[in-house]
Order: sequence, then C-alpha cells, then structure tokens
Amino acid sequence: MTVLTTRVDPAGPEYAEHRAAMLAKLAELDAEHAKALAGGGPSYLERHRKRGKLPARERIELLVDQDSPFLELSPLAAWGSEYPVGAALVTGIGVIEGVECVITANDPTVRGGASNPWTLRKALRANEIALHNRLPLVNLVESGGADLPSQKEIFIPGGALFRDLTRLSAAGIPTVAVVFGNSTAGGAYVPGMSDHTVLVKERAKVFLGGPPLVKMATGEEADDESLGGAEMHARISGLADHVAADEADALRIARRIVARLDHRKPGPDPDRRAAPPRYDEEELLGIVPGDLKVPFDPREVIARIVDGSDFDEFKPLYGTSLATGWARLHGYPVGVLANAQGVLFSQESQKAAQFIQLANQRNTPLLFLHNTTGYMVGKDYEQGGIIKHGAMMINAVANSTVPHLSVLMGASYGAGHYGMCGRAYEPRFLFSWPSAKSAVMGPQQLAGVLSIVARQSAAAKGRPYDEEADAAIRAMVEQQIEAESLPVFLSGRLYDDGVIDPRDTRTVLGLCLSAIHNAPVEGARGYGVFRL
Amino acid sequence: MITNLLVANRGEIARRVFRTCRELGIATTAVHSDPDAGAPHVREADAAVRLPGAAPADTYLRADLIVRAALAAGADAVHPGYGFLSESADFARAVLDAGLVWVGPPPAAIAAMGSKTAAKRLMAEAGVPVLGALTEPTEADLPLLVKAAAGGGGRGMRVVRGLAELPGELAAARAEAAKAFGSDEVFCERYLPAGRHVEVQLLADAHGTVWAVGDRDCSLQRRHQKVIEEAPAPGLSAEVRSALHAAARTAAGAIGYTGAGTAEFLLAEDGRFFFLEMNTRLQVEHPVTEAVTGLDLVALQIAVAEGERLPPEPPATDGHAIEARLYAEDPAADWRPATGTLHLLELPFPYQEFTGTGLRLDSGVAAGSEITPHYDAMLAKVVVRAPTRAAAARRLADALARARVHGPATNRDLLVRALRHPAFLAAELHTGFLAEHAAELTAPDTEGVERAALAAALADAAGRRGALPSGWRNLPSQPQLKRYRAEDGTETAVRYRLTRTGLVAEGHPEVELVEAAPDRVVLAEGGLRRTYRVARYGDRVHVDTPAGGTALTALPRFPDPTVRTDPGALLAPMPGTVLRVAAAVGDTVTAGQPLLVLEAMKMEHRVTAPADGTLVDLRAAPGRQVETGTLLAVVQPAEA
Repeated sequence: MTVLTTRVDPAGPEYAEHRAAMLAKLAELDAEHAKALAGGGPSYLERHRKRGKLPARERIELLVDQDSPFLELSPLAAWGSEYPVGAALVTGIGVIEGVECVITANDPTVRGGASNPWTLRKALRANEIALHNRLPLVNLVESGGADLPSQKEIFIPGGALFRDLTRLSAAGIPTVAVVFGNSTAGGAYVPGMSDHTVLVKERAKVFLGGPPLVKMATGEEADDESLGGAEMHARISGLADHVAADEADALRIARRIVARLDHRKPGPDPDRRAAPPRYDEEELLGIVPGDLKVPFDPREVIARIVDGSDFDEFKPLYGTSLATGWARLHGYPVGVLANAQGVLFSQESQKAAQFIQLANQRNTPLLFLHNTTGYMVGKDYEQGGIIKHGAMMINAVANSTVPHLSVLMGASYGAGHYGMCGRAYEPRFLFSWPSAKSAVMGPQQLAGVLSIVARQSAAAKGRPYDEEADAAIRAMVEQQIEAESLPVFLSGRLYDDGVIDPRDTRTVLGLCLSAIHNAPVEGARGYGVFRL
Repeated sequence: MITNLLVANRGEIARRVFRTCRELGIATTAVHSDPDAGAPHVREADAAVRLPGAAPADTYLRADLIVRAALAAGADAVHPGYGFLSESADFARAVLDAGLVWVGPPPAAIAAMGSKTAAKRLMAEAGVPVLGALTEPTEADLPLLVKAAAGGGGRGMRVVRGLAELPGELAAARAEAAKAFGSDEVFCERYLPAGRHVEVQLLADAHGTVWAVGDRDCSLQRRHQKVIEEAPAPGLSAEVRSALHAAARTAAGAIGYTGAGTAEFLLAEDGRFFFLEMNTRLQVEHPVTEAVTGLDLVALQIAVAEGERLPPEPPATDGHAIEARLYAEDPAADWRPATGTLHLLELPFPYQEFTGTGLRLDSGVAAGSEITPHYDAMLAKVVVRAPTRAAAARRLADALARARVHGPATNRDLLVRALRHPAFLAAELHTGFLAEHAAELTAPDTEGVERAALAAALADAAGRRGALPSGWRNLPSQPQLKRYRAEDGTETAVRYRLTRTGLVAEGHPEVELVEAAPDRVVLAEGGLRRTYRVARYGDRVHVDTPAGGTALTALPRFPDPTVRTDPGALLAPMPGTVLRVAAAVGDTVTAGQPLLVLEAMKMEHRVTAPADGTLVDLRAAPGRQVETGTLLAVVQPAEA
C-alpha cells in the first residue's frame, strides 16, 4: 500500500474559491443537460404520450435492469449547432439481463426523431463503442429518417450506420432492433441489418417507400400496414422476428433476446471488495482552480478516484511535470498518466513513452488525466530534441493497444492533447470536466500569435499597424477561441463522450472499465521496453 | 399401561399429543393423508401410516383404516385429537372393539351429546338452563340461529333476522349439514348477539370424580369459529362462576362422562347463561387452561384412560392466559382462506412448544409447509400467561406483532389490533365483537404499507447492487420505479433515486436511508431510526418491524403475455372444490347472483355474476378440483 497524502484543505479559502467556480460551471452544465432531457419540449412530449408511446429515456429505463447504472453518452451532441441539444438520439451503456449493452434510442419528440448530421455522428460513435468493447447493440428505433434539408451531410456518410450493424454481427457482436414507429427508407435497414428484430404491433412501420412514394414510383395503391406493418413483416416478409403487443411488451421481448444471447464477459466485473478512496470525492470540486494558469497537483485527483487512494508512482523523480504510476480503480488495474505542471518536456515525454510500453507489456489499461498546455517550446528545448521526444510519446500512445481512458480535467492544448491521448488517438472513452478547455493553444496565446504575425506582415509591407484594430481583433479572437475551447462546445461536436461532474469520475471510469472488459485487454507486442 | 399411542389426527394437535407422549415415555404413531406425507407431525412420530388420498372423507375420517393402522403399527391406544373422528361414538366403539384403549369419553357419552337437540333435552331434564330449540319460531324470537344438530366448529350455522328468510336458510343449512356431518337435522334457537361464549373445562375419571378445571371465554369469533380465547373468563361474579361450574359438572355427571370435555354456555348480558353443547373431546383452546393451572390435560386424559384416579379437587388457577389463533386467511376479504407455502414462522422471544406457562407456541406447520385448501387454515396458536389479563394481552400482542410469519396472508394484524383494542382490554366481550369492530380491526394501514414498500424496494436495490452506485445516472430523467401489491389488493408504487446526497423517495420527503442490505433496511425520519427486516420469496416480500409485518407482492415490470383474461371471466379466487352449481349456460343472470359455490378450507365461497348478462361458459361441475385462477365461468354482460 502506498497511500497518497493530501494537502487539500476543505476549510481553506482556495478550496472554497475553486469549489464555487466548479459549482457555477456545474450549474451551467445542468442547464444544458436539461435541454437534452427536455427533448422536443412539453407539447411534443404530450402528443407522443397521448399516442400511447413512451419517451426515449422511459423506453431505456424499462429496458435496463432495475437499479443498474446507466451511463448516457454524448448528451450534448449538436450543442452550439442549429439542431437541438442531444441530436434527437439517446445513447449510452446499460445493463440488460446482466449484460452490458450499448443502447440507442431515437427521440421521436424532436422533429419526429429525424437524423441530422449530429445524430449520425452520435450514432456512429455508439456503434464504435459497441465494436471496440464488444458490447451487444440494442437500437430502439422510431425515426422519420434523414432530416432532408441537411441530407448532403447525412446521406453519403450515413451508409456507415448500416455497414456498422453488419460488421458488428460479423464480429460476433449481437445487434437488436426494436421498432416502435417509423423506420422507413434507409431506416428500414436498421432492422434489416440487425441480428434480432422486434416490431410493435400496429405501430412499427418498416418499408423502403411509403404509400405516396410507391404511388409515385409505380402507381400502386398500398397502405402502411401492408407495406411495412409488424404483422406483415412477421407473417409474410420475415423481417420481424417478434411482434410485440405494445411498447412494454417489445422491451420485455428485447430483454429476453439479450438474456438468451448467452453473452460471456471475458473480463471481470467491478470488484465489490475494492476499497473506496481514502479521501472524499466531494473534494474533487475544490482542486481545479478557476484559472487554469494556476497548476494543481493531479495526485489530489488520483487520491480521490483510485481504490484506497493507493498509487505506486513510476519515476517520481524524473520528468516531474508528468505523474505516472499504477493503481486500481473498482478493482481494475490501471496505469495513470497525469499532467502535474502543465508543460511536457523531453523527460516527461520519454517517461510517458516508457510507461505506456510497460502498460502494454502487462496488458494494463491506461488512464490519462489532462491538464497540459502542450510540449515546451524554445531554443533550448528544440535543440534538446523536444520534437523527437514528443514524437516518442505520441508514437507510444498511437500504437498502444491497451484500452485508454482520457479525462480532461483542465487544459488540454496543442500536441499535448495528442500525447495525452486526445480524441484522435481513439481512447475507448473520453470525458471532460466542466473546468476543461481544449484547443490548439490558449486563447490569449493564439490571439497574440495572430497579432504578431499581422504586425510582421504590416511591417514587411511597410504599412502602419492599426493598434486599435489589433486590440479589437485580439479580443474577438480570444473570445471566439475561449468559447470554442469550452467542454460543452467540444462535447457538442462529439469530441468527447460527455461532460461529467468531477465527483462522478470514479463511477464513470468504473463503468467504462467494466464495459471495456467485455473485449480482451491486450497490449501491443513486438518491441521491447527501451530505457531512456 | 399405554406403550404406543396412535393419534388419529394431524397438524398441531397430533404434535401436541406426541409431545406429552414423549414426556411419558409412550411411543407415537401418526397417520397421514397424501398431502401431509411430509408434515411435521409425520416426521416427529416414531411410525407413520399412510391414509391414501387427500380429502378428509378418504383419510382422517376413515375409522376402519385408522384402526387397521393402529393394529399394524402395534399401537395399544388411540387419541382422536379434536375435529375429524373425535366426536364419533362409532369410531370410539371401533377402537374399543379392536382391543385398543380409547383416550376419550365412553361411546355412550359421546352419543348422548352427539345431537345438540337431544343434548339440550337431556340437560334441561338435569336442571341445566338451555336455550330451547324453537319448533315454531315467531317474530318475537328473532333473531334466530340455525344450527346443525350434529354440527360443530361453526359449520352450517346461520343467523336469520327475518322469518321470510327462514325456509331458505333452513334448506341450505340442511344441505350443508348433510354433507358435513352425515345428518341433515337442523334446529333454530334464539340468537343473542350480545352474548358471550363461556365454557367450562371438565375432566372426569372413571371413579366418579368430576373436575371443573376453570373456565374460558371464547367470544372473539369469526364465522362462529373462535379466534381469541382466554382463561379464566373475565368479569364473572363468583356466583355466576360457581353456577357455571356446577352446571358443567351436572352435565358431565348426567351422562357418565370420563376424560376431558367442555361444556359450552351462552352468557347473556344480564348474567343468565344457557347450555349450548358439550364437546366430548379436548378443545383447540385447552392450552389457556393448562397455562393457568399448570396441568397437562393430555397427560390427564391418558391417565384417566389408563384408569387412574384424579385427586379430589383440581388445582386453583393462577394468573391469566390468552390464546390467539393465527390463521392463513384475509380478514379484510371476508376471512378468505389463503394458501401457499409457509416460508417462516418465528416468534421473537424464547418460547416453549406445546407446554409451559410463559410464551407457548402450538403449531402443526414449519418453514416450508404447504398450506393447502384440504384442511383448516390454522397455522399456529400462540399462548401467553401473565399475572394479569392486561399484562397477558400486552405480551401476546407484542409477541404476535414481532413474529415473523412469511407466506400466505394471515390474520396476524387483526389479532394484534384486537388484543390492543380498548373494548377488549375493558373485557367488553361478546360473540359479535370482531364483526362490530371489523372496520377498525381490518382497516388498511396505508402509511405502513407505503413505508414497507419503500423498505422492500431499497432492500431489493441493495440485493442487486454491484460495485457501482445503485441506479446511477449521469443524466437522471426519472426515478427507479417498483410496484407492490398489498394484501388488500391495493397497489403501491415506489419511486426513488439514490443520489450522491442520499435517498430521494417520492412521498417520503423526510426519510433518510441509513443503511440498506438485502435483508435489512434502516430508515430515519426526523431523527428517529427504524429497522425493517426484509425477506423475499419469489415475488412475495415480507417486511417486518417491531410494530408488525407487511406482506407485499412485487409486481412484474412487464405484463405477463400469457395471461389474457376475457372481461366477464370468473376465475377461482382460491384452490378448492366445486360444491354446487346454481346456473346453466344460456341463463340470464343478474349482478351478484350466485353462479356456483366453492368449498375451500372448510369454508363455502360463492362465486357471483359480476354484471347483468348471459352465462356463456361454465366450466364447473360439483366435485371438480380447481386451482387459484382456474376459469370457472364467463358472463357476457348485457348490452347497455
């Protein structure tokens, strides 16, 4: 046991200040989440209910095991876009008959559940999670199809949805489609490509072309039921494996389908005997300063998320701006890389590269806790090989095959975001705290760089430089970059899997590690550990 | 000397007799029907003989088989218990004719008391006051009680409040009596609704000594069957008590009685009393007399049967004893018998089985016993003795409230409430007591049920919990929902979330969760902590607190697709046998009209038309065995 100590003083003024800043951000986050939860709003919800239909989240609640946890993913998708927050789709990881599954549910109260470009991205992300973690995929379908005005963003990439379904099936990962309403045109391929289908009687409509289109195409007169009703598909076309009497019955049948998958999880479940952290997770609110320029010790975070606050640090005296070490989280072994002083130097990069390879040798998942302004710049550092060393770290991250988890606690700027396994490096899951910011560089730096470049350009052309305009442009750029660095914005663009309450970090990571262990955990092989 | 005793009975009375046999060094032989093959009384006996079949008529009422069993097992004596053949003079004779000792009164004494009408005549001649059998009842005699002459145990008794009803009730009583007792003789007497049921325990030897071993009050009855009994009968003046005892002894003396018996009287408000009948056997409620006298009445029955002499006087009584009969039944649903598996029957304090003068439990069932419709639904008798009546009532109510009784519905709550009722504590007793206070005694405890359901839901959540927080959501959209059905059929929905800061439960704003395990939940409200013990058996959940228990049925999250019932379909409310069919397919029926009668657990239950309409399907014929939920009939409602 190597129990971390703490210097956090919950009675101190700094703590109170940090906590107040974090609580304010959490309140803003709650307001954004509330928009996703509201779906299409009260009137559409009421209309939906009057038709005897359940909202998307109620369908999910009936589908998952009672009292089981459910991790909703990408709830802020489409934030900052012209489409409603949540992108008319609910996705997440839930437990059905003891089996962890990826679950998606169209929200028919939002524009009939029509897919917009963000819906597509969110759905594809869910498919990716199912594939990488070998989780059965259950789609609760009720969608009016593509949002036609944005078809150019959907139609061509959207084919991946159906490709994914059959690739999951080919990989031995079961897929289930439960159709509650419209699932027409391209949407018809969701049940069409799924291993198992359930159609709700007198509600499901699954056809390539509806009555008007058929009339236009061939002149044939046909009604919804004969073209794509549940009874027709169950008795005639064979597309429906099960006809459900109603929505609840459909969810019951879906649960029975999953129960009969005989799914075996190769890895362990979270360990009930694992010791909780020694320190209160509530204190995670008071660690990150409101101003990210002020560094904080990530060990204070580690002490509040890992089992027993027990952390064996690797190379504690070398490359001290990055803390690395071994711990367990809900019983799962993890290697932790956490930025300690913002900047990554050569030593930190080399240490990270070595540590990542060690984790691969022993098949241990990695957890990246971000608070980095990037790799060090400057003559000494360039000459000292910072590119070479940063490349080693990025190389190690990119080729590592153990599952990676990333949490953006604070800053995640520049190539540091890459080296710490940013989104492009395909961590299995990536979550942000409300305190996080991510961009190519800090807003002030970026605005300053632009200003210097403009000033040089003006000087080269011999023109006078308009200082007043420069100040205005700098402010505007700074503001824009600031806004585009914020977690809700990045989450809206699917650059993370959600923004979480720091106090939920251990639970979220535990859920992710549990999901991850549905697939084999194997490190990269073929190279030895190199000591630097 | 008796060396091996066969008990021609089942359940708690068989065990009770075996208990004394063990004390005396007498070997024991049990008989059992097929459903009782694994019953405790069979397991405990040294030897057991099967009586093939389930119905009493095929088993415990088969004198020939039982005598043969006794001979085969090497028994030299037979104890009849109560009920079944205990008051059959023919059986007593058959036992004696087989050369066995009969632990009971002489057959002639049984026969003399066998007909209530004849017994009344006999008693009247001996100078014992009786309520005369009315040959031509008039308006002045109302209300009336119709009784079977050969009856017992309340069967066939009917209260008649108008002369117009009389012919119909007489006919019905005759039919029932013929079936139950083999004799259709019935009679009327005046019904005294405010009267008390008081009885005197008799014990007589073959040498002329007749004891009146104290008295009992057994006024708390439902359907003319006793529920709570006590000894001594409270509030009797010395004159009334000695007159009662003298009358009882006179009754015994008049028929040359030996062994244990009971003279039953109706005590009017004015202190007058009337002989009702004499039970020529041990009574169900004999433990209260044992508790206040320290006697073992079964041992004395055996001693008398062996020809021994009683001392000249019985011992004086000391203190007060109360017995409560725990039945598998639902008092709020017209005492409907309940069936199913008894999972647990546990008293909270040290107690003795079948003996003793503290807390005593007489029971024929054990955890795992199946409560079937074949026999009486009594699970146990809980008896307590204390220095005073009030102390006994308090202790018994508390013991029952704290008891863990898991399985079918029981009358436990009713017993607790009755024992704590001011009218009971004031000894304002009469045979209509339970009916008079029925509303209070069976009122649903909505708040208690809701709290119990919350505890059940939280225990369930604790049982499902893995390493991660129960029901955790990063975007909570709705609470966890669990539904339970209480015994009275009302449904309770529990909506709750377990959040970072604790329990949030709709309808329980002040309730905090202190701890939850699958079998134990501690809730606090306003600083007051209460512990709920939770046990689950399939979908049955029992939540126990020191104040009482609540039985709930966890309702499924999804409707069962295999259950699709037509409107107008009548399903059997309990397992039983179809007794009579009162309508035919095609009949036009009116709402409430009896269509058929089921018999279950010694009770008749009418199945009535749910609405005006036409009987379109009938799947019942007399004698047919039905299970709960069996389709009996379908009434197509008339077009409105």
